[in-house]
Amino acid sequence: MTDWPILSTITFLPLLGAFFILLIRGDEATVAGNAKAVALWTSVVTLFLTGFMVSQFDASSAAFQFVERIDWLGDGVDYAMGVDGISVLFVLLTAALMPICILASWQSITHRVREYMLAFLVLETLMIGVFCAMDLILFYLFFEGGLIPMFLIIGIWGGGRRVYASFKFFLYTLLGSVLMLLAVLVMYWQTGTTFIPDLMETAFAPEWQTWLWLAFFASFAVKMPMWPVHTWLPDAHVEAPTAGSVILAGVLLKMGGYGFLRFSLPMFPIASDLFAPMVFALSAIAIVYTSLVAFAQEDMKKLIAYSSVAHMGFVTMGLFSATVQGVQGAIFQMLSHGWISSALFLCVGVIYDRMHTREIAAYGGLANRMPVYAAIFMLFTMANVGLPGTSGFVGEFLTIIGTFQVSTWTAMFAASGVIFSACYALTLYRRVSFGRIEHEGLQQIADADRRETFLFVPLVIATLIFGVWPMPVLDITAVSVDQLVLNYQEALSTHAANAVSLGGAESLR
Amino acid sequence: MYQAIVFFPLLGALIAGLFGRVIGDRPSEIITSGLLILSALMSCVAFVDVGLNGETEKVKVLQWMHSGALQIDWVLRIDTLTAVMLVVVTCVSSMVHVYSIGYMSHDGARARFFAYLSLFTFMMLVLVTADNFVQLFFGWEGVGLASYLLIGFWFKKPSANAAAIKAFVVNRVGDFGLILGMAAIYFTVGSLEFDTVFAAAGALADGQLEFLGLTLPALTTICLLLFMGAMGKSAQFLLHTWLPDAMEGPTPVSALIHAATMVTAGIFLVARCSPLFELSDLALAVVTVTGAVTAFFAATVGLVQNDIKRVIAYSTCSQLGYMFVALGVGAYQVAMFHLFTHAFFKALLFLGAGSVIHAMQDEQDMRKMGGLRTLVPASWFVMIVGTLALTGFPFTAGFYSKDAIVEAAYAAEIGPHMFAFTLLVVAALFTSFYSWRLIFLTFYGLPRCSNETLSHVHESPPVMLVPLIILSIGALFAGFTFYDFFIGDGQAAFWGSSIFTSAENHVLHDLHKVPGWVKLSPVVMMVAGFTLAWVMYIRRPTLPTQLAREHDLIYNFLLNKWYIDEIYNFIFVRPVKWLARLFWKGGDGAIIDGLGPDGIAASVLYVTRRAVSLQTGFVYHYAFAMLVGIAGLVSWFMLTGGQ
Repeated sequence: MTDWPILSTITFLPLLGAFFILLIRGDEATVAGNAKAVALWTSVVTLFLTGFMVSQFDASSAAFQFVERIDWLGDGVDYAMGVDGISVLFVLLTAALMPICILASWQSITHRVREYMLAFLVLETLMIGVFCAMDLILFYLFFEGGLIPMFLIIGIWGGGRRVYASFKFFLYTLLGSVLMLLAVLVMYWQTGTTFIPDLMETAFAPEWQTWLWLAFFASFAVKMPMWPVHTWLPDAHVEAPTAGSVILAGVLLKMGGYGFLRFSLPMFPIASDLFAPMVFALSAIAIVYTSLVAFAQEDMKKLIAYSSVAHMGFVTMGLFSATVQGVQGAIFQMLSHGWISSALFLCVGVIYDRMHTREIAAYGGLANRMPVYAAIFMLFTMANVGLPGTSGFVGEFLTIIGTFQVSTWTAMFAASGVIFSACYALTLYRRVSFGRIEHEGLQQIADADRRETFLFVPLVIATLIFGVWPMPVLDITAVSVDQLVLNYQEALSTHAANAVSLGGAESLR
Repeated sequence: MYQAIVFFPLLGALIAGLFGRVIGDRPSEIITSGLLILSALMSCVAFVDVGLNGETEKVKVLQWMHSGALQIDWVLRIDTLTAVMLVVVTCVSSMVHVYSIGYMSHDGARARFFAYLSLFTFMMLVLVTADNFVQLFFGWEGVGLASYLLIGFWFKKPSANAAAIKAFVVNRVGDFGLILGMAAIYFTVGSLEFDTVFAAAGALADGQLEFLGLTLPALTTICLLLFMGAMGKSAQFLLHTWLPDAMEGPTPVSALIHAATMVTAGIFLVARCSPLFELSDLALAVVTVTGAVTAFFAATVGLVQNDIKRVIAYSTCSQLGYMFVALGVGAYQVAMFHLFTHAFFKALLFLGAGSVIHAMQDEQDMRKMGGLRTLVPASWFVMIVGTLALTGFPFTAGFYSKDAIVEAAYAAEIGPHMFAFTLLVVAALFTSFYSWRLIFLTFYGLPRCSNETLSHVHESPPVMLVPLIILSIGALFAGFTFYDFFIGDGQAAFWGSSIFTSAENHVLHDLHKVPGWVKLSPVVMMVAGFTLAWVMYIRRPTLPTQLAREHDLIYNFLLNKWYIDEIYNFIFVRPVKWLARLFWKGGDGAIIDGLGPDGIAASVLYVTRRAVSLQTGFVYHYAFAMLVGIAGLVSWFMLTGGQ
């Protein structure tokens, strides 16, 4: 089994499915039906393979596993795939969300179904590729390539202001991409390799680290998104179809955090340490500022999008605390936000499909007519608030514990987030679900049907199980994170020792 | 057995919550109530086993979070402190369950109601059996959730929804402190498990903590942060505003959550952390002052309220203040004793009030009651019992516990104890006055309701009366029976290691030896309050209106609860809403978007309009294709350049 290139299989299987969809012929209805079936089956098989891969993963090792390395472009640029404790669960998250996305689009997408499914499968390949790539160039291709299908999904199947939203999305990412590409070139010229484990062992000169770190930061901060480069997200979410929002919030947002984990922290530890106060400040602002902005929103999706920015603030804060709890908490928070925010966008999707509006004021009293929906929505509202017992709490708590050891100010602002999140999330829930039904159109609204309820089942289970028993996730990430933190601290102490000896030498002169 | 005590209510909640609509309302009621009664019986056994005869028991359930040095597990810890809470929680909760079968009989969503009640009980049990701070926090937030759901149970009522959110958010203000407290504990001790943390208390007391740029004494900072959480949950002054509003929930909820159990979680937290608080004089002083001010403040507001439930709510707030004073002067056992007896008589008062409200077709305004004594004699009787116990009538439960707090405040040697003593004695006068005022307005005089309502007034069914009678027994005898164990000669053996008192702390010993006038003062105040209420509401019923008119400034100040809600609205709510809009429209909209993407977009569009003929208008398509092209081109150059 070790010879079988399982990561490449998982990565490119969706692309194969996409190829089949291209081959489908017939009238429009047949094409749509078959395309949906192919997409669903492909994504389910991918999920099973991914599950198998994770079950074979050895959590006691910090090394990359299932490694494939083939000479690709020559001169140190290989096609290299592999996963470690940090990336393996993101692959699983992506593979698990994809069938949900396809099922969620089952009825709401009616035109250009084939192209839609095609875009999603291509997107799946690119996203999984990001988390499996062990080569910087390969990573970059997957990372930037992922924008194209997402851009199309928003631009073609999006809402009224989709042109504006995709343009904004594009402008933000443009700047980051160009700078990151420059950094990639510099790193290649300096080391002659783009193989990630080699780069991790390279100690870049501190002054170079600063610039490289900033270039990568430009790209990852946009993806995250961090304040103040977050304003593309609410617009992108608002215009994206439901499944697009799910993928955007569930997976694409995680790429920034993953990038920090894979590149910024291990490759540029000195710069990371140098800029940590800035990241803390931006995180604290993100948590307080965007929570407040979320409070003022009148559009459900915008509100949830802003709350995502606030939750990502916990992630960046935890990552740059560079403590075991902070980093593990950040990873956990990313995964947990992956299913919680997905579920929240699905919740919006359920009622959007019925009423075709996202305006909060157009709803009210849904609990009267939709008890099942109201219960599900309540659960995820509470998970979003970070109630202990849901997975939302574990990430927030660990990142706060981790950050407190480094910066009490940041931890204090983050802890104030628990108050603000309660304000906006409960107010949203109240305005949508509670009260009497006052709008005529809602009198006959139907409760979540079987397909819709079924979509939520895995997300509910994940939220509750990992809330009371997050150990599977923590166990898988533990060794890799320990190693990461250890290397980080070592690099810093070496640097400090060098600085001291240098200072000593100068004083001797 | 301990797992069963804790998880039976959860089982009941799951059955009623998930399958309530399948199995029907009545089976849901019977299953949840039955499981809770079982849980209560087992708790009594546990109380005898652990409290009277045994030592601390620990039952490991599951791992929770292990991350680096942070190790947190689900463990049930049963010591005397827990056993006391187990008895209180399960007994009151089972009584409330049974009572609710009658009280909620006209409601359409009973399965949901009972599921919430049982869920609450489960969370409360997790809270009291916690072996570490995080598990305690789980229960802490869990009861907050249940409280939110139950206050907003009638979700069609806007006022109930507003009250539910307010309760949750104000509690979260306290939780903010609690989270930071936990983070500080982990940072300084390296563990969040109770035993480890308490063992490190001595080192903490000498330690320093860098917090928000200041160097602070570690232990005091931690204690104050934890106490902030306790203030939120136990509705202490400044964080009390949610409790009166929480009366929007069904009355059994008020009895269970907002009188007997959840609001006492703060008391429990401080008592549990007695090894920490005991070593910080400053933290104890803060606890004392907060408690004394709350006891006084809430009692003054209670004097003039007209809603029967609000009077009892302010009374609860005030009694919680008493308990905090006991904690603050180092008499943790006395606080727990009052918590124990208070649970019985305050639940009794609420359920009795519920019985009256039920009889009056959901009327809660005492100005529209009166003369009900002969119409609902059983309710009258239990309310009298509850009032006697609350005001500390000799040999009732409150007499033993409440008077002990007043005596402890006098006898203590630390902190501002005389300040607390004075306020508590005055508050005792107010307590007696507003309690008897409630009785006189409700049950005596002439009926003030409409004849139609009056014709429907009926005594409650047995399913509601039996719990009332059982609680009455508790309200009458709980003090007398358990006095010795809790604060008398047997206390050291009873509490074992679950409560820590330092070697210099003699308050429990000294409180039995206070001068006679101190012992007498609460009783005198009780009689004075009764007499005053009798004069004003029986003898000369015109006097209150007259007084209110003559001193309308004071009257309105009290009626409007010291205007604290209005002040908060002015200094918190409105600025936050204003800031939220400012950040959104100004920050995100004008500045970030205006200078960033929109500005660039506008200039790009301007340039492209001139340069390119726009056939499709999709400029960004071309631009995007260009980016991809550039990326590919550069990659290619780089790769070939390397060769």
